[in-house]
Amino acid sequence: MLENIFNNFADIMFFAFSAFLLIGALGVIMSKNPAYSILCMILSFFNASGLFILMGAEFLGLLLVMVYVGAIAVMFLFVLMTIDIDFAELKTGFAKYAPFGLFVGAVLAFEIIFAIQGGLFSGLNSLQETAALSGAEKSNIEQIGAVMFTQYVLPFLAVSIVLLIAMVGAICLTHRKRTDVKRQDINKQLSRTREQAVELKTVKPGEGI
Amino acid sequence: MDLQQILNLPEVQLILPVLQTVISILLMIFPLIICVAYLTYAERKVIGYMQLRVGPNRVGPFGLLQPFADALKLMFKEIALPKKSNKVVFLIAPLMVFVPAFLAWAVIPVNGNGALANINLGVLYLLAVSSLGVYGILMAGWASNSKYAFLAAVRSGAQMVSYEVSMGLTILSVILMAGSMNLSEIVLAQKDMWYAIPAFPMFVIFIISILAETNRAPFDLPEAEAELVAGYNVEYSSMPFALFFLGEYANMILMSAMAVLLFLGGWLPPVDVAWLNWIPGFVWFVVKVCAILFIFLWARAALPRFRYDQLMRLGWKVFLPFSLIWLVLTAFVLKFMS
Repeated sequence: MLENIFNNFADIMFFAFSAFLLIGALGVIMSKNPAYSILCMILSFFNASGLFILMGAEFLGLLLVMVYVGAIAVMFLFVLMTIDIDFAELKTGFAKYAPFGLFVGAVLAFEIIFAIQGGLFSGLNSLQETAALSGAEKSNIEQIGAVMFTQYVLPFLAVSIVLLIAMVGAICLTHRKRTDVKRQDINKQLSRTREQAVELKTVKPGEGI
Repeated sequence: MDLQQILNLPEVQLILPVLQTVISILLMIFPLIICVAYLTYAERKVIGYMQLRVGPNRVGPFGLLQPFADALKLMFKEIALPKKSNKVVFLIAPLMVFVPAFLAWAVIPVNGNGALANINLGVLYLLAVSSLGVYGILMAGWASNSKYAFLAAVRSGAQMVSYEVSMGLTILSVILMAGSMNLSEIVLAQKDMWYAIPAFPMFVIFIISILAETNRAPFDLPEAEAELVAGYNVEYSSMPFALFFLGEYANMILMSAMAVLLFLGGWLPPVDVAWLNWIPGFVWFVVKVCAILFIFLWARAALPRFRYDQLMRLGWKVFLPFSLIWLVLTAFVLKFMS
């Protein structure tokens, strides 16, 4: 009996990762405190990364931890911690957003169904096919590099441009020249000489300057 | 049933590898915890001598039992939970600092035999795991529900995220030179020349970045006691407090090990001659890690603390562009000159 349980360790890991992923995802939408939502989201990211690694895509798995957990979720946490949130107000407007939410959910559900049946996304390669394309038995990162810069070079460039535009856009939207702060000019500070800073005056006794 | 029969039972056969892994993990972690304890001792001694004092010398010969005395003292303290704190997150936070610092050691090869897990993406794993430490600090500051702790956590978080970027870029140039993300292969690629020599500027940037990444002097702004009382750990006491420090010191050792593996040839001797190769690789590794750790302690004794805007300027406006340019340069040199 024990043998059966341990027979397929990968299966157990798969169910464990999936279960915790779903628990984390539920936590994101159920928890009252937004900071808890973020922490639950991090749990989900970790388990998604575990699933990636289980499927042999360890590069994607580690990248997920690095980019999403290491950078994006930190930013979310930062913002959530520093703004003052009215928890009661967050709860209102459920009915207003419900139809749109249902619509997005339905679209995602259809996408998943199509993906499983392989009808819509037959153009995308599975991991094994990607490995075969780039001459198998190579490390994960080489496989991705080999197809990303050849077969998928145009989508890759398009995505890069979208990212660049988002980055420049974010800076354009938020950056404004402020005049009410005292800026430091390091060059100015360093190029200051004794002559500019102090002046020696001979003061006669009993008179002052 | 004799031992052989027991060993051949299917249940035992299944559990045995798990047991083996657990034992090898413990064999890695216990020496590390001892190292962390003695790093605190070394720090007090080194800084003591630099300031013409003797440092701890009362508990045991040369004060060698001081770390254990400190640990015992902390264990017997009361764990104080602030009334308005967020209890669960408050108690998870120290663990989130402590655990990743040890988690990363799974991929660190201390000698030619490789690491516990000799994975191909060792460097990426290190970066991923070391980026988790920031959560512990943010959670601690937020859950404490105190202004000082919160401000310190925000500062510390921003600092760690900023320096991670320049650290990642310096590591990328090393990966380019080695042509691999496997830590053992990176070390073996340095057989002829340590990467600290051709990539000396990157080595310097890396050392400074790890000082900032571990929140150590001269970048110990989160602990700026004059402005923030004590930093993100103001509200903590007893073992949770100790866990933050264990995490910090374990991180110092981890970062030193990273610097040694990436720039100083890991377990390899300085030059590839016979009599230096007789010394076991593990000894070389430890000696190099100690040398980097000494820089940590030295910097703390010698340098005044940076101002916050200077810190951010250094990270984003000096290190980041410089390491980006160096990365492009490295790529060019590798492509066209070799």
